[in-house]
Amino acid sequence: MLVSMTINGSLVDADVEPRTLLVHFIREHAGLLGTQIGCDTSSCGACTVLWDGKTVKSCAVLAVQADGAEITTIEGLATEGSLHPVQEGFWERHGLQCGFCTPGMIMSAVGLLDVVPEPTEDQIRHAIDGNLCRCTGYHNIVRAIEFASARIRGVEPDPPDWLEK
Amino acid sequence: MYPRPFEYLAAQSLDDAIRELSNSDYGKVLSGGMSLIPMMKLRLLSPDLVVDIGRVEGLGGINDTGTGVEVGALVRHAETAVSPMLPEALRNAAAWTGDVQVRNRGTTCGALAHADMAADQTAAVLALGGVMLVRGQDGAREIPAEEFFVDALTSALGPAEVLVAVRIPRTEGGSAYRKLGRRGGHADFAVAGAAAWVEMTDGVVSDARVALTGVGLRAELARVTADALVGTDGSPVAVENAASLVDQDVPMIEDLFGSVEYKAHLGKVMARRAILAAVEAA
Repeated sequence: MLVSMTINGSLVDADVEPRTLLVHFIREHAGLLGTQIGCDTSSCGACTVLWDGKTVKSCAVLAVQADGAEITTIEGLATEGSLHPVQEGFWERHGLQCGFCTPGMIMSAVGLLDVVPEPTEDQIRHAIDGNLCRCTGYHNIVRAIEFASARIRGVEPDPPDWLEK
Repeated sequence: MYPRPFEYLAAQSLDDAIRELSNSDYGKVLSGGMSLIPMMKLRLLSPDLVVDIGRVEGLGGINDTGTGVEVGALVRHAETAVSPMLPEALRNAAAWTGDVQVRNRGTTCGALAHADMAADQTAAVLALGGVMLVRGQDGAREIPAEEFFVDALTSALGPAEVLVAVRIPRTEGGSAYRKLGRRGGHADFAVAGAAAWVEMTDGVVSDARVALTGVGLRAELARVTADALVGTDGSPVAVENAASLVDQDVPMIEDLFGSVEYKAHLGKVMARRAILAAVEAA
């Protein structure tokens, strides 16, 4: 079936089988390899992308369902070489170790901050409930999202934990 | 992981969907797909035909029709969770279904039609006296929630029927849903969950409905508990007494998350919490 969607502002079309998952469309047809395939059972959230501005797990969606949709992947966040505030937060607050969960984690954080620009720690933890990280214990991910929230609001982020103690 | 090959139809209308479903050997309706697609990937299900109702007009929206509030087939958990038109029990249950990504895509009616034994909104709809609005080849029919959940992953829907909406009757009174999730707190499917609806008249419980999920093969009304509650003052002691009876008529089974004894205990705890919150809101 002919499927066409906008990914990070560019129109991508391809003739695919109905069983093609959105994550495969993004990786194999659009050639964007930032979106990860992790658990493949919609538990881990590594495949999270924005669909018309809302987070979805792209391994649990058929590409044909997303025909005509606006998709944003991790590659669509940075503009002209400058990192998105959430990407900057993960860099500045050491929000990753192996990096496998990072694209999905960042997309979930972007989805949260779009709706709740100044989330509490509790709101952040609930918002990344659908994303698993096996390295960091989540602590620095939460700090990274707090950093991004401050940046987006034009406020000076709190200093990193490791300087306070 | 790919599902087995299937034919895909993006239905343009309900009639279109029902016709194609009745012409197929094994057709499945796709709305959000948050349960269907993972099951197809795991090859627990391999339909010949997937009928996507995601583009059918008129299936979205939460509407007050005078006889109740109707939640359309394409209303996502995230919308149900925040709708001021809906009672607290259903909003709680939708807010604690899946995770953020699942709530952005999955639908309330999809979760009901899927009839998972540990789903949240099934119990809420039972406690609120919900009615399923169904369309099939022979026209429309209504199925009360207590006749809709038949068995594990089995609803009363026929193979060529579509759940078009669920109607929550206009109800006075208070309601609430409480759960323990498989990953602690509210996260994930319910190890045990309870929904309660309570009507108070002059300081006395005049009517009540309580339903449990996660403890058996299907969401189930706890009628003995509800009967024990009616006529009391809804005090913590009365609620505790009524909640302690949930295992009298709700069948409990052991699963990966707990023994029968544990499920019965949690069922009582969640029922007590839900009823107390419902009494307070009534």
